[in-house]
Amino acid sequence: MSIPMPRSKAAIAVVFALASLAAAPLTASAKTLVYCSEGSPENFTPAINTTGTSFDAARPIYDKLTQFTRGSTTVEPGLAESWTVSPDAKVFTFKLRKGVKFHSGVNGFTPTRDFNADDVLFSFERQWKADHPYAKVSGGKYDYFADMGLSDDVQSIEKIDPLTVRLTLKKPNVTMLANLAMDFAAIHSAEYADMMAKAGKKEQFDQIPVGTGAFSFVAYQKDAVIRFKANKDYWGEKALVDDLVFAITPDPTARYSKLKAGECHFVIAPRPADLPEMQKDAALKVINQSGLNIAYWAFNTQKAPFDKKEVRQALSMAIDKSAIIKDVYLGAGQAAKNLIPPTLWSYNDAVKDYPFDQAKAKDMLAKAGVKTPLDIDLWYMPVQRPYNPNAKRIAEMMQADLAKVGVNAKLVTFEWGEYRKRLQQGEHMTGMLGWTGDNGDPDNFFFLRGCDAARPGGQNVAKWCNKAFDERLEKARTLADVKERTKLYQEMQQIEKDDAPDFKIAHSVVYEAMRKEVTGYKQSPFGSHQFNGVELK
Amino acid sequence: MFRYLLRRLALTIPTFIALMFVTFAAIRMVPGDPVEVRVGERGISPERLAMFRHELGLDQPVWKQFWDYVVQLLHGDFGTSLATNQKVLTEFAALFPATIELSLAGMLFAVLLGIPAGTIAAARRGTVFDQTLMGLSVTGYSMPIFWWGLLLIMFVAERWGLTPVSGRIDLIKFYFDPVTGFMVIDAWLSGQVGAVKDALHHLVLPAIVLGTIPLAVIARMTRSAMLDVLSEDYVRTARAKGLPAWRVIGLHALRNALIPVITIIGLQVGTLMAGAVLTETIFSWPGVGKWLIESISRRDYPALQGGVMLISSIVIGVNLLVDLTYGLINPRIRHG
Repeated sequence: MSIPMPRSKAAIAVVFALASLAAAPLTASAKTLVYCSEGSPENFTPAINTTGTSFDAARPIYDKLTQFTRGSTTVEPGLAESWTVSPDAKVFTFKLRKGVKFHSGVNGFTPTRDFNADDVLFSFERQWKADHPYAKVSGGKYDYFADMGLSDDVQSIEKIDPLTVRLTLKKPNVTMLANLAMDFAAIHSAEYADMMAKAGKKEQFDQIPVGTGAFSFVAYQKDAVIRFKANKDYWGEKALVDDLVFAITPDPTARYSKLKAGECHFVIAPRPADLPEMQKDAALKVINQSGLNIAYWAFNTQKAPFDKKEVRQALSMAIDKSAIIKDVYLGAGQAAKNLIPPTLWSYNDAVKDYPFDQAKAKDMLAKAGVKTPLDIDLWYMPVQRPYNPNAKRIAEMMQADLAKVGVNAKLVTFEWGEYRKRLQQGEHMTGMLGWTGDNGDPDNFFFLRGCDAARPGGQNVAKWCNKAFDERLEKARTLADVKERTKLYQEMQQIEKDDAPDFKIAHSVVYEAMRKEVTGYKQSPFGSHQFNGVELK
Repeated sequence: MFRYLLRRLALTIPTFIALMFVTFAAIRMVPGDPVEVRVGERGISPERLAMFRHELGLDQPVWKQFWDYVVQLLHGDFGTSLATNQKVLTEFAALFPATIELSLAGMLFAVLLGIPAGTIAAARRGTVFDQTLMGLSVTGYSMPIFWWGLLLIMFVAERWGLTPVSGRIDLIKFYFDPVTGFMVIDAWLSGQVGAVKDALHHLVLPAIVLGTIPLAVIARMTRSAMLDVLSEDYVRTARAKGLPAWRVIGLHALRNALIPVITIIGLQVGTLMAGAVLTETIFSWPGVGKWLIESISRRDYPALQGGVMLISSIVIGVNLLVDLTYGLINPRIRHG
């Protein structure tokens, strides 16, 4: 390979004259942590965003009332140091943490008071009340607030005293505590909002953020860099570096090169193909965990012959799952047997997956009165998703397996939005889809097979409504006791497995790569990135 | 000259109208809707979907949307990005200097190497040098930019450590606020020791990658223009006068051969813009190319339409300028 230039040696010498010194290694300033992220955030207010990229960029800045313990789905106190839940699971009373300071010096803002109930009310009312002065700012779409049921379910949010807030719901929902630990529930400074409103710069509120988090915002240049500095007054687990830099690097190959060259300490989403080499590199560290997600192939249980349990079970035995994991996920996937991944509490490991047994599958189809060859359709997503790297390839492999048991599967796909809409309407016979968990609560997965979601347009694309399953789902929503809920969820996993509304494909395995000198990083089951408590040795 | 200018300007009007129509129609022909793209698996209730579509004006008939878009453009308003809620012009203005800086560096690389290479090849026509150079220029012209960029990163930056992998400046050593958006200038203005050198250092690989195709084109064009000129009578006269070869080629011949080369350089602005899209992605270069790619995947209609319109205007503008320069150099064209 060569570039077209004459007298190659001389030319190269000229071209690289500027490159006289090799790039300086990172060690020059050991207390700056550089994270090579994948893209630019839309802004820094998580409530109006939906992408992981934007959430990651805002996370260093904010706290929530409750929070997830770093590296787990367990809910712990955040800006609320304690709370009580009424016996009917409708009233949540939060005692707020005293003496928490908002970042000072960002965009000319100096807080005159500590964090209090007014900030909590501001943060939620902006999303809840259409007539709030900030409701329409920056487009004003509060997707998560609506999706997690808050816009419909909240009865009231009240300030009892400066350090007590009461949230009342219209119907019981114990998952609310986990919902409030999600990024959309970040607590903003009401005082800063007032200042921006008075200055006539409300939009800046979402662009130049002020929070109480472990890092304060310094600067952002679109598509280039986000800079944060450690918040020395932080109440919680402190930042162990002085500066945090997000070097925005969209191409995964370039991220890997930067990691190797020491231009970043940590990269998001390494390419599966690079993993073997990364794992061998003594300067790097690779960790992994199963993602909070599931890829499945749903049978439309309202259409013949999938209204018969035996047919669904038979097809569940006809597919070679291990081949899919090996060939399509390339090691970055784990065979799934339950709807929830093993990192989530209440995972029932006693459930036994259907074996890969095509002879038995054939036999069962015959017994169920299915005449072969049977023509079905098999829908696959036109896009790559976190839980499914290549739906088309999986569909082709399934098609080949199904042919061996006398089932002719016609592959079907549509543009992504259209695909999802039609699938939710129930137009398919069988179709692939998946889910990524939001709040680490099992309910956030199991609702996908609830009767309510089985209506046309609902997210239960198996259109499966099983009384025994649904009763437990509803009951668990009213119980505050985790043990009781666990028992119900474990039973539900067995019920679902026996009735086979879907063939569960895989949970992705999420890899994170960093340089050896990074210590104290804990991988989040949510796939999010958090850098307080992370050190450079 | 003034009439020539007016005529050339008038000719750009239909181009702009066609451009407006094409950018508007093209993005709408891509399946997918900005709201649906945003929500993912979660889906969205039909009521909320209808509300958002109404707010974005997507529930209007297409002709009405187009009309609103044209009216907006005539008022100098390029719209507001659906993704970030920022003015398209503001976003473009913040990112464009990075693209310009990269394009200038790429063009400089192409011109500084391409013209001498083409000239030497012509002077030594038929030699091994000439044949090798022309072979290389075909390779350069047909090089997939993405592959070429990654290859250079792998060897020059990673293996040999001669340049940084990507980005515009060492983010740990240097921190200053953008003033002009041109990193080299901002680095100079910051007064921080070593910043300018570091910024130039970061420019080397992306400039080579982006400049490779124009380099190949310019080298070939210079060679063929030189060959034409070298067979002219006045060159023979110059030679007969006993002038040294370098004066004949470098002064008498090259000056005349450069006229078509300048046109080609102007035309390469389009190539540079197209190449910038890929180069910026590989080198994490925060320019408009990368921004446009993201706008497509987000179905961010206003950002994409506005961005394409702005870039096209610049390409058209540069070509107009080149034509005018050409007219200045060669009066026959002006009156033609």
